Amino acid sequence: MSLHNTATINWFFACKVEDVPANGGVCVKYLDEQIALFHFPRRNEWYATQNLCPHRQQMALSRGMTGTQGGEPKVACPFHKKSFSLVDGRCLSDDTECALNTYPVKIEDDRVYIGIVNGRDTETVMA
Amino acid sequence: MKIVIIGNGMVGYKFCEKMIAKATPGTVELVVFGEEPRPAYDRVHLSAFFSGKTAQDLEMAPASWYIDNNIRLHLGDPVQSIDREHKTVHSHKGFTETYDYLVMATGSAAFVPPIPGVDKKGVFIYRTIEDLELMLDYAPKATTGAVIGGGLLGLEAAKALLDLGLQKTHVIEFAPRLMPRQIDDNGSRLLQGKLETLGLQVHTSKQTTAIVGDDVITGLQFADDSILEADMLVISAGIQPRDELARLCGLEIGHRGGIVVNDQLQTTDPFIYAIGECALYNGMIYGLVAPGYEMAEVVATHILGDHKAFTGFDMSTKLKLIGVDVASFGNPFTPADQCRSIVFEDTMKGIYKRINITPDGQHLLGGILIGDADAYNMLLQTAKNKVILPPNPEDVLLGARGGQEAAGAGVLGLPDDATICSCENVSKAAICNAVIDGHETLDAVKKCTKAATCCGGCAPMVKDLITSTMKSQGKYIRNVICEHFDYSRQELFDLVKIKELRSFDTVLDHYGHGEGCEICKPTVASILASLWNEMILAKGNDTAQDSNDRYLANIQKGGTYSVVPRVPGGEITPRQLMVIAQVAEKYNLYTKITGGQRIDMFGAHVSDLPLIWEELVAAGFESGHAYGKALRTVKSCVGSTWCRFGLHDSVSFAIQIEQRYRGLRAPHKLKSAVSGCIRECAEAQSKDFGIIATEKGWNLYVCGNGGSKPQHALLLAGDVDSATCIRYIDRFLMFYIKTADPLTRTATWLNKLDGGIEYLRNVVVNDSLGIAAQLESEMQVLVDNYKCEWKEVVDSPELRKRFSHFVNAPEEKDPTVQFENLREQKKAANWAK
Ligand SMILES: Cc1cc2nc3c(=O)[nH]c(=O)nc-3n(C[C@H](O)[C@H](O)[C@H](O)COP(=O)(O)OP(=O)(O)OC[C@H]3O[C@@H](n4cnc5c(N)ncnc54)[C@H](O)[C@@H]3O)c2cc1C
Ligand code: SF4
Repeated sequence: MSLHNTATINWFFACKVEDVPANGGVCVKYLDEQIALFHFPRRNEWYATQNLCPHRQQMALSRGMTGTQGGEPKVACPFHKKSFSLVDGRCLSDDTECALNTYPVKIEDDRVYIGIVNGRDTETVMA
Repeated sequence: MKIVIIGNGMVGYKFCEKMIAKATPGTVELVVFGEEPRPAYDRVHLSAFFSGKTAQDLEMAPASWYIDNNIRLHLGDPVQSIDREHKTVHSHKGFTETYDYLVMATGSAAFVPPIPGVDKKGVFIYRTIEDLELMLDYAPKATTGAVIGGGLLGLEAAKALLDLGLQKTHVIEFAPRLMPRQIDDNGSRLLQGKLETLGLQVHTSKQTTAIVGDDVITGLQFADDSILEADMLVISAGIQPRDELARLCGLEIGHRGGIVVNDQLQTTDPFIYAIGECALYNGMIYGLVAPGYEMAEVVATHILGDHKAFTGFDMSTKLKLIGVDVASFGNPFTPADQCRSIVFEDTMKGIYKRINITPDGQHLLGGILIGDADAYNMLLQTAKNKVILPPNPEDVLLGARGGQEAAGAGVLGLPDDATICSCENVSKAAICNAVIDGHETLDAVKKCTKAATCCGGCAPMVKDLITSTMKSQGKYIRNVICEHFDYSRQELFDLVKIKELRSFDTVLDHYGHGEGCEICKPTVASILASLWNEMILAKGNDTAQDSNDRYLANIQKGGTYSVVPRVPGGEITPRQLMVIAQVAEKYNLYTKITGGQRIDMFGAHVSDLPLIWEELVAAGFESGHAYGKALRTVKSCVGSTWCRFGLHDSVSFAIQIEQRYRGLRAPHKLKSAVSGCIRECAEAQSKDFGIIATEKGWNLYVCGNGGSKPQHALLLAGDVDSATCIRYIDRFLMFYIKTADPLTRTATWLNKLDGGIEYLRNVVVNDSLGIAAQLESEMQVLVDNYKCEWKEVVDSPELRKRFSHFVNAPEEKDPTVQFENLREQKKAANWAK
């Protein structure tokens, strides 16, 4: 998160709060990217990551089941149940899987915004 | 001290791991040369590459591990020469490294006999990931496979060919029996029968003289002049130690290959060691991983100045084929005058077991297990640790009979220093101590002791040790669901029922902590559905559903879904077929008849699902629940309406039953079938509950299973009328739903049920617990509450909204979805590697 605080961030409007199912996720389109957005109403937290599961390259994380592991919020891919931390994107099921890109999220007037950190262009975000 | 290791295979890697663990940090410099392009991987589980494991999954440790431990790893760079005088090695890419000690772990290569034609296209060996990649590329072009060699590896390769989609595969063995080094004639005969049911054709006493075909293989020619057609061949005729480097620098080599080593694994040059499959100890090459690991241990200890000797190793092995249990342990071939043999054979079930014991009946020497090798680890340890046998030694084969546990039987009877995990050489005491220190799950014990991390064969014994150690410490073992709920499924089921909780959140508030996870969410969702049978996508419960339930469809490769309408009893009208055809064409879906007598339509975009179902529902179709842990199908044969043997109308009964239990959610999926007579065309005895017509009524069978571990259903009640049959099924299903652990099929549930089928029959038929009426009325509530989930979605704009790929562009489909063409239909694009 410290990276997000120091870099400049471009916020784009993703959807309304009510569009995202409680304790679940949706997929947000941003230019040619797909971003998975998750809402944890019980702890009033929002997270966003890439939608692509790095394990088998499937656009599926937004349809995964969310939850916690030892208090850390996570999502499990619907294909092979690999779990990823929503805080820093690292794979919790095995040490060798690549980590996810994460994005900052903010809420204003029931509207959800996702931040794109400047200098990270589309290419590197998807890599 | 600087050590150079030649070869980064399983044993070379293990040596590095042991050095890092034993040496004082910073005192040893390790340099590794590996010929293969990737870091060491788990060759023992190489075949898993074909069932979807990636090269990365198989890695012993990622490349970063070597960096973190300051090991210099040169991959894709074989050592080409050794200068013993100056103590240097020289690599293919031109590096020269000096050494204080050199460790050769060059392994072995597949032995390819000098048969004319082995260089033709379509001929493969089975040793490295590259070999498997080549096979994967070639297999789609081939239809008939052959494997030369009927040993452990050959059979594994043959099964792999079948799994690759070859319609027929032949195994050719030069000796008169399969696995000649491990099992005897009787065992081999039984094994052959089993392999043939898998689709493998076995030819023994066959000597291949040529591989025929111009450029590409078309067949094999044998010494008896016969010819076998085949368009893909794997040669698995043994191994050839990689001793070429050692030979070149003048070390002593055995006359049939292998680098000669002493008790310390030193070659004839005391600064050079050889370990693993390249080492020749006492005239023997050890072609297994466990002895290689032991060699690594000896050398690491010896180099660091301690004393340890290699004294040979047990060659016990188990074949890793699903559905075919074969194992041999100790010495299975002790001559008859030096031992007594006990043989047990059940030709009906395909089981053959033989043990050899000392003439005084005190100790186990070795044996062979075919068809049922569950006791393998136990027997192996009994033999290795010279455990005194019970007074009736046959008890170790057959289990104690007459109600009393045989003294000394079971893992608890083993001495503390017994090796439980032979791959990693972990003793019973080490595991028990880990449990006492608080490592109370299999995962925790694996991490702490490394037991069960290699071949995994000892995992059941490790689990038993965890349980018994915890028990001996007075700890109550409960099967809790996960870190969020300290309850078993059965306990939670009762609590949710008493408190009448109806959403995941309220259950979490009352009985859980944290946010839940992919284990407890679907478990609780299933309990709620089994108790109340309310719409599973209602707000609050939608995101607790398992991924398929959440979209009421099965997610498939690439992220599209498949659609299966219910076709009760497999009966379908021409008009309904036309509707399915129209829908499939309109939405460009791949269609296939399923094993459960219905039609599956694949490749639907998530946003098309409500549109597809709108048309299906309008034509009278209902959800088939193929996505749920729920009743799937009730198959039927055509029965007395058409069949000249039929005793009753099996189709009508199947439809009645399918409609009664449709949508019923359970700890796991449920399958059923009804056959119209004893010929059993509907295969009812392989189902969770199956019904077969008799002269007097119906026979009801329960707890059968197809799938990876087939099990026949057992008779619960005979000659009952239709109404009684249904009442028994109500009770049986409800009892299962209330008491089974999550994701436990009825067969596994019964296997764990104390008292087995007799107990179940007492509960269901004789009402021994006095709960029959309650079970029936609970089932009736579920039956009365049934609604078609898809109809509810189609009718609700709110629910339909959830079926889009992009929340902010609902009309757009996922642009990354890709299809390929296949026989005039489409298929999903392959997984990315
Ligand atoms: C399909 C299959 C299934 C198996 N199943 C089992 C089983 O169930 N149980 C069991 O116990 N064992 C099994 N084995 C055997 C087991 O894999 C081997 O015993 C084990 O891999 C031996 O380890 P190693 O390090 O000695 O040799 P390897 O793993 O072969 O490693 C040797 C490495 O050295 C490299 N090398 C050779 N020469 C040079 C050089 N000059 N310079 C640099 N590098 C070099 C090789 O390329 C190779 O990577 C199986 C093997 C196969 C192929
Ligand atoms: S049903 Fe599934 S597991 Fe069985 S063969 Fe088909 S794809 Fe494989």
